[in-house]
Amino acid sequence: MTVRVQREDFDIGAEIAAFRRADPGIGAIASFIGLVRDVNEGDAITGMTLEHYPGMTEKALAGIVAEAKSRWDIVDALVIHRVGELKPLDQIVLVVVTGAHRGAAFAACEFIMDYLKTQAPFWKKELTAQGARWVEARASDDQAAERWSEPQAK
Amino acid sequence: MSIRILYFARLREDMGVPGEMFEPPARVDDVRSLRAQLVARGGASAAALGQGKAVRVSVNQDLAHDDTPVKSGDEVAFFPPVTGG
Repeated sequence: MTVRVQREDFDIGAEIAAFRRADPGIGAIASFIGLVRDVNEGDAITGMTLEHYPGMTEKALAGIVAEAKSRWDIVDALVIHRVGELKPLDQIVLVVVTGAHRGAAFAACEFIMDYLKTQAPFWKKELTAQGARWVEARASDDQAAERWSEPQAK
Repeated sequence: MSIRILYFARLREDMGVPGEMFEPPARVDDVRSLRAQLVARGGASAAALGQGKAVRVSVNQDLAHDDTPVKSGDEVAFFPPVTGG
């Protein structure tokens, strides 16, 4: 399990190559990349600042990955999340899940993102022409996380 | 009894400080009683942490709820619903 919180950008290809470590037992890699958009709630966004709770963030992400590994038959999972100043087109988050088969890898990847969205202590403040504003949490993110509370088949 | 309090994001701005050492004037058993004593100070504390505010809490870096126990030396953080990813 690897969890990283960093200001620097990440190279998706290099991260995946390093994470699979030439393990011939891995038959599937599922990944998700979250990006900064240039619009939110109908307003143009010129940048954002990502704040987090050092210590708790890493603990929360490690807990989410551990939960994914207990629910699905996957080999491993990697989470990289950026903090600090970001601008449209920038990469924010990378989740990579390796497994023998695609089903568990897809599901675990989606689960990790849904839980990260609702449980990991990150906060976005976005910059608009009217000034800076905190991004409001979305009910749809809570609903997305809620669907995993039902027992899942492996 | 001394509790390390942290504030993040909008709550940090509303409180005007990133954190404080809080010595509750009365007994604190859990998150509910801690928050009530912070609110009882009035001012920014009442405005930021009062009833009806969307406030999430962690105790020693684990997500917590009103009934989560709090003891001296704990680290308790208050923050808005999270928006990462």
